[in-house]
Amino acid sequence: MNKIMNMNRRGFLKTTGSLTVAFALPVALGADDAFAQEVKLHGDVKKSPMLDHWIKVNADGTVNLNMGKVELGQGVKTAYAQVAADHLDVAIDRLIITAGDTFVTPDQGTTAGSGSMPAAYGALRVVASEVRGILVDLAAQKLGVSADALTVDDGKISTTDGRSVNYWDLVDGQTLHREATGKATLKSHEDYKLVGKPIPRLDIPGIMNGTPTFLQDQRPEGMVFGQVVRPPTYKARLVSLDTAAAEAMPGVLKVMVKNSFVAVIAERPDQVLAAAAALRSAAAWEVEKVLPGSDNMKEWLRTQDAVVEKKLDKPREGGAAPAKVIRQEYYRPYQMHGSMGTSAAIATLGGDGVMTVMTHSQSVFPTAKAIAGMLGMDEAKVRLQHVQAAGCYGHNMADDAAADAAILAQALPGRPIFLQYTREDEHRWEPYGSAMLINIEAGLDSDGNILDWDFHVRSTPHGARPGGNPANLLSARYLDPQFDVVTIPKKSGGGPNYNTARNAIADYAFPGQVVTDHFIRQDLIRVSSTRGLGAYANIFATESFMDELAHDAGVDPVEYRLRHMTDQRARDCIVAASERFGWSSFDKGNNRGRGFAYARYKNYAAMSAVAAEVEVNKRNGRIRVIRVVTASDAGEIVNPDGLTNQIEGGLMQMLSWTLKEEVRFDDTAILSLDWASYPYLSFAEAPQVENILINRPGETYLGAGETLVGQAAAAVANAVFDATGVRMRDLPFTPPRVQNAMRS
Amino acid sequence: MVAFNLNGDPVDLSVPDDSTLLYVLAFDANAIGPKYGCGKSQCGACTVMVDGEPVRSCVTKVSAVAGRNVTTLAGLQEADGTPGPLQRAMIAEQAAQCGYCASGVIIQAQALLDRNPNPTESDVRSALNGFLCRCGAHNRIVRAVLRAAQEI
Repeated sequence: MNKIMNMNRRGFLKTTGSLTVAFALPVALGADDAFAQEVKLHGDVKKSPMLDHWIKVNADGTVNLNMGKVELGQGVKTAYAQVAADHLDVAIDRLIITAGDTFVTPDQGTTAGSGSMPAAYGALRVVASEVRGILVDLAAQKLGVSADALTVDDGKISTTDGRSVNYWDLVDGQTLHREATGKATLKSHEDYKLVGKPIPRLDIPGIMNGTPTFLQDQRPEGMVFGQVVRPPTYKARLVSLDTAAAEAMPGVLKVMVKNSFVAVIAERPDQVLAAAAALRSAAAWEVEKVLPGSDNMKEWLRTQDAVVEKKLDKPREGGAAPAKVIRQEYYRPYQMHGSMGTSAAIATLGGDGVMTVMTHSQSVFPTAKAIAGMLGMDEAKVRLQHVQAAGCYGHNMADDAAADAAILAQALPGRPIFLQYTREDEHRWEPYGSAMLINIEAGLDSDGNILDWDFHVRSTPHGARPGGNPANLLSARYLDPQFDVVTIPKKSGGGPNYNTARNAIADYAFPGQVVTDHFIRQDLIRVSSTRGLGAYANIFATESFMDELAHDAGVDPVEYRLRHMTDQRARDCIVAASERFGWSSFDKGNNRGRGFAYARYKNYAAMSAVAAEVEVNKRNGRIRVIRVVTASDAGEIVNPDGLTNQIEGGLMQMLSWTLKEEVRFDDTAILSLDWASYPYLSFAEAPQVENILINRPGETYLGAGETLVGQAAAAVANAVFDATGVRMRDLPFTPPRVQNAMRS
Repeated sequence: MVAFNLNGDPVDLSVPDDSTLLYVLAFDANAIGPKYGCGKSQCGACTVMVDGEPVRSCVTKVSAVAGRNVTTLAGLQEADGTPGPLQRAMIAEQAAQCGYCASGVIIQAQALLDRNPNPTESDVRSALNGFLCRCGAHNRIVRAVLRAAQEI
């Protein structure tokens, strides 16, 4: 039943970087029966019910797969290809994949929140199975046998007596032009050929070999270059600007000034940057001084008016008063997506009146609507085509770049406008992850077990995606006064996803638990969805506090978690990570320590336990993460190598946030404007990592890009305590902070 | 006018002398690989080789490479255009998520391997320390460079 591949450490590191452990399913959770069944149609299929909107079988033996989810470097194209090829019974190289084209593909909403793989399970699997069923039925009629007497191999449908017909010989334009019914024979997971295998990413050979893959590699004929001249601060207004000098510069094709929006188009990239610099120095702005300064954010969060709402209200009923009460406070500053590549887009207003925008937006459909609204264009005339670019990790400036390129394309019809922001503009203007302040109080029994858990989170918003609304496109608010105010929801997001309160609810079986969200409805610093939303800080706080309570009770932190955890899948992760790490036999070296954390992302997605070993240099306060072990359960695994890549990549980025990253600002402006003033994790700082994957054949596929967001931070904080006796409760754990904590 | 060798082939481009090398490579010579990441020599995404040495093309003027040999990803391929040994190792290790940093990392690693064909893991990490990878593919990249060193 349980299969554990035991490899020595050296062999392990040299091969795949992951271990896979297959667990049998608890009986009651079995979901996958290999007979025709009616399934509840996934929302994506209800929205786009025509089968040929998703899959087209072509006479030349190719198959079009159209998906609304887009490739962000998470490998979703490859994973979708695996799911489609297996359920269609065709070779993966027959697939021609189009993702995120508003004129071609189904609308699958935003590619975010580790939601792509559940959508593959709920939508693609059903659609592909239904297409296969239609083709097999056609073959059965043609061959005069019953459908269940036929087998399919790479699109060739065969009878037991050796007759056959191919998919591509059965289809005409109308065969698949019908609505999905939800009645399909779903393949059993034992029959998968590709799902569950570490199929190499389809796009990686091209990336490594210099084949045009990225948006930045596209070269439409007649392309020219655009830049936006941003104001110095969020709410600055343009007072005066003489554009004459810039207009006379070499290569300048157009200077655009409308209200407080300033932009320029030129023939060459150097020319557009020079002209933008000239415009920047010629412009006079009215600048506001309204920011509290990054050093004062904790106090600011504590004192603002907020919409107060209980997200969970299950206090303990009756029982004895707690023997002891412990309280703590945790802080997370504003942090960046910090994409390697600055956001970019290429927009063209064609002679047919269609605005075509190549973009790396995560949300092509709603952003197309927002851009149409901003430009005063018919939505049916705005086409967004996703092209992959640098990893984004949430709502960065991809949508803003698409909007800005479109503004300039409208001003210069017929010429493709290539726009890529400067590093300084991206750092200053990207919507960050919100600062958060968390207070937790626990009531304990005389053995130190938790009776009452009272959790309070204070935060500005976590979501300002365009969502069809022009006001959430950065330039719209400078272009047109009617879009001056960013729309902030009246309340923070509710369950099951939440946003501020994501993972504010702990999965432990506490007798009483109350979670209160203090939602500060202010547009102080530009913020939006950033990896994990509130989960990063909420899990950091929860799992740090669990460690504090364990130490207070004199109980081993892993044992303490198991005492409060009843969910078997969670317990399996905790045990697997602690065993692989060697938790119980850990031999603490000088200045070294171990730390542990566990959480299930969004309380219903993938789950991960993390064990970390750190070394703290007590002289200079520098933390070195030496090794990390993760153990994760993402349901049935579609691609173990892709999953490992997501888990380890997420871990590294979260270690970077945890150790180094904080957006700095004074009373006027953002001060973190490049990689020197906002550094991130280097190759020398990246620890050794071992990843254990717990496979659950038959369980829903769960995305894993955010499965260990907060555990990374808590495991490091807890390991620093083990090494030094000092608690780090304010992120990030920079050397000066560690030194200060050790002094006090 | 600027003339130099790009991946072994002579190129002669009528571009302003003070143009940034990155933009000339990307947009005039259509060399797919080097990327804009920071424009300040802080991230490494734009790295190319000039006469065998890694150079940050975002802070280099095109006039500085006149008459010299510039190498991008295409210059590391086999003669038939298939991926060269280091590129094959990067593919074998699936050493990317988004891959935006890959071109610069590959060029820097090739320069390391040219100088030191048998690097230790620590040598590889040191050589790549001025390069950023936001997706967290660090360890995969290090494994790929060590694999290439074994296979070359």
